[in-house]
Amino acid sequence: MAFNNFRILQHPVLGEKKNGKEVRIFLDGLPIHAVEGEPIAAALYAAGVRITRLSPHKKEPRGAFCMIGRCTECCMIVDGEPNVRTCRTMVRDGMRVETPRGWME
Amino acid sequence: MSLPCEQLDLLVIGAGPAGLCAAYEAAAVGCRVTIVDENDKAGGQLSKQIHRFFGSSHHGAGKRGIEIAEELFGDCLKLGVDVRLSSSVLGLFSNGEVMIDAPTQLCLVNPGAVIVATGASEKSLAFPGWTLPGVMGAGAAQTLINIHRILPGSRVLMVGSGNVGLIVSYQLLQAGAEVVGVVDTAGSISGYQVHAGRVRREGIPVYLGHRLLSARGSTGLEEVLVEAIEDGTVKRFEADVLCLAVGMSPLCDLAAMRDCRMVYEDALGGLVPWHGADMRTSQSPVYIAGDASGVEEASVAMEEGRIAGISAAEDLGSLNSGEAAERRAAIAKRLDELRAGPHSRGKLAAKERLYAR
Repeated sequence: MAFNNFRILQHPVLGEKKNGKEVRIFLDGLPIHAVEGEPIAAALYAAGVRITRLSPHKKEPRGAFCMIGRCTECCMIVDGEPNVRTCRTMVRDGMRVETPRGWME
Repeated sequence: MSLPCEQLDLLVIGAGPAGLCAAYEAAAVGCRVTIVDENDKAGGQLSKQIHRFFGSSHHGAGKRGIEIAEELFGDCLKLGVDVRLSSSVLGLFSNGEVMIDAPTQLCLVNPGAVIVATGASEKSLAFPGWTLPGVMGAGAAQTLINIHRILPGSRVLMVGSGNVGLIVSYQLLQAGAEVVGVVDTAGSISGYQVHAGRVRREGIPVYLGHRLLSARGSTGLEEVLVEAIEDGTVKRFEADVLCLAVGMSPLCDLAAMRDCRMVYEDALGGLVPWHGADMRTSQSPVYIAGDASGVEEASVAMEEGRIAGISAAEDLGSLNSGEAAERRAAIAKRLDELRAGPHSRGKLAAKERLYAR
């Protein structure tokens, strides 16, 4: 499975990473490899994607801050539903994730 | 719209160290206990603690947090605790009902007692560039590396030399990242010597008496500017991750919503529900335990959880008051030992002030 080096395959304490089932999600239409059981935000990090949304007015990039569902910086559009916390939502094969691009002005 | 309302005896909100211990103690004396957690696994913050704990054998010394979490969860299951994961509590209402967003539906429950053990969230700092992708809580980085096994980046600068900052720094190294430094405005390291020693042995430079000036980058973090407070010398770090380990805030909104009297204690992380040493809040039958009652260590959270479980069991009629008081006293003694060190002095004073208010 073609993963880049953001995945920690070997760990001195946790050992070797068990291979989870591979799934494919789509970020703004482009396919990304992910592993079943992991949240969308984690899968994006593994793919080297750090931008989860653009801010409403200035359209500045934002990324996940807390990873526990509190800060809402990682909210994206998932399968058409806006404001989904991607750190708390697990990947599903074929899932369509879109980057919110701020308010229309 | 009306939902059917399920009658429960004891509801514990949060399956971290405090909640699991509370559930165990209450179930051990015969209470029917339901525990809910919004995560898909039990364990809370213990699930990402891959270092060995120290202290007494009673507090899991020598074991890693992840192992303690598994044991506590297993103990709860053995006692028949009803565990509901991937379930968020949306509200505690004044009529005693609790709304839960469960995986397949919204449901309403009416428990005889509620223990709020919802933990804490990380604080942030405001500085130019603080919103750039790559600027994150140290705990968030720890979740990514130790639970999801994914690195948030390759070069990390850590802000804060408390235990979280120190532990996450060397765990990032273990995970394969480069840690370019630990920065703190304080003149001395604020975490435990054992963690500081580890960071030093790994060769991570610690910049004391330094403050964050700004974070820069176009689509994400690229560099961080830090200034020596004394002489204004500016250091520039190339980094794609800036971790903030600048303290935690208790997550006690549910208790506030239920009209528990809230009090401010800086040393405990901010606003917390008033409670006694028996973990009863101002609203019966609502109890609080762990970081939600004031941010301390996981071992403290476990003991507070046990006390809350005993108090709830007493009020539900599963323990007589003499027995409950005896059990609480034994745990209180262990809590005193945990809070005896110089690092806990401020927290202990704050807790004592709070009990007396």
